[in-house]
Amino acid sequence: MTTYRELLAKTRGEIDEIDARGARALDGAAWVDIREIDEWQEGHLPEAIHVPRGNLESRIETAVPDKATPVVLYCASGNRSVFGAKTLNELGYDHVYSLAGGFTDWKRNGLDIVMPRTLSPEKRTRYSRHLLIPEIGEEGQLKLLDSRILLIGAGGLGSPAALYLAAAGVGKLGIIDADIVDETNLQRQIAHSLDTLGTPKVDSAKRAINGLNPDVDVIGYRERLTSENIDRILDDGWDIIVDGADNFPTRYLVNDASVWRGIPVVHGSIYRFEGQVTVFKPHEGPCYRCLFPEPPPPELAPSCAEGGVLGVLPGIVGTLQTNEAIKLAAEIGEPLVGRLLLLDALATEFNEVRIERRPDCPVCGEHPSITEYIDYVEFCAR
Amino acid sequence: MTVVRVPPVLRAEAGGAREVEASGDTVRALLEDLSARVPALGTKVYAEGELQSFVNVYVDGEDVRTRDGLDTPVRDTSTVILLPAMAGGRGR
Repeated sequence: MTTYRELLAKTRGEIDEIDARGARALDGAAWVDIREIDEWQEGHLPEAIHVPRGNLESRIETAVPDKATPVVLYCASGNRSVFGAKTLNELGYDHVYSLAGGFTDWKRNGLDIVMPRTLSPEKRTRYSRHLLIPEIGEEGQLKLLDSRILLIGAGGLGSPAALYLAAAGVGKLGIIDADIVDETNLQRQIAHSLDTLGTPKVDSAKRAINGLNPDVDVIGYRERLTSENIDRILDDGWDIIVDGADNFPTRYLVNDASVWRGIPVVHGSIYRFEGQVTVFKPHEGPCYRCLFPEPPPPELAPSCAEGGVLGVLPGIVGTLQTNEAIKLAAEIGEPLVGRLLLLDALATEFNEVRIERRPDCPVCGEHPSITEYIDYVEFCAR
Repeated sequence: MTVVRVPPVLRAEAGGAREVEASGDTVRALLEDLSARVPALGTKVYAEGELQSFVNVYVDGEDVRTRDGLDTPVRDTSTVILLPAMAGGRGR
């Protein structure tokens, strides 16, 4: 019968140990902290990645794909990392080292450590389904919690966006809307309710958001977006704009300001059974003016109030916009940049067309001719 | 014949149709034919030999303005999408 002490001593003889000085001299090494999450949260080595001992076998190949990379494993005192090193040797890693003395000696010798930013236990529970997704995880959730997203409109498109962004844990949500909730809104604008009829939409939306997630900081702008107020609102600091406006002057105004400030715009528009979604990422992809240099004449630009809209359509389009906004905030996936998604709810058909930057675009092109706000109402009435 | 998708704001001009058919081996020829078959729709998107500036035309997912404009080739199997901007969002 082998005791733990004997097994440790035997295994230590089978692997390579390294001291802090030797480890720091290694070129291009991967530093892997195999301690438990609560130990990691109390500080870890700079550059280290966290792969708990219990998940070492299953996760190391994702964390360190190249088996020729030197790997320095450490735990608290240098014992667990002995067994971890043996495992990595068996998995075919060429140069595996167990850090002698572990984190305790490292810290005692006054070497650099970092304190990780981590989620509180409450947030860990609330966002647990995000944390389980490798593409999001704790890092992605922290990015969402840090993100600041501005919604243009708290109506059909803004409602699902506000609710899902709040649920996802976006840190700060701005909402611009001058209207009050009326009965015709409730067919589709699910952030509002009978209880908030007659109240400003920004207040009604804030109530719904904070009912779902009180941690979200909601800034309401009960005003109509214009050239006069847009700079003041954007100066509050927004990373992403979700555009659910209902009129062309606002669309062009938001476009111009976002290009000048480099803020990506997640665009959604709807009419009857059809929707359009895309992401305008300034200088990386086309802008709204590259897609539509000119608005249609007024007779071809009916609003939903004039032409009607299927109630669930803004739900579909608004959640597609939210998906794009979350991807941008968490910096994952392939956003809809340079691609316009066309949705036909009646046929249940999605089509995608390619959109390109126009070198002659008056705002984001090579020689811009529009460099300050214009009269957008007049521009769209021509 | 090539299938041409009609945007919702122009369906009244096409008698309510979601799609119409037209023939032509270039975008120009196709729009000329469309104008002859469905004049109300044709004139909204194509007038005096020019594409209306507020309408985008996609042939198999590509904006013809980024290809050869009205000379962009069209096949019988192509899908052509006519697309003006839609404003709709919030809705009062």
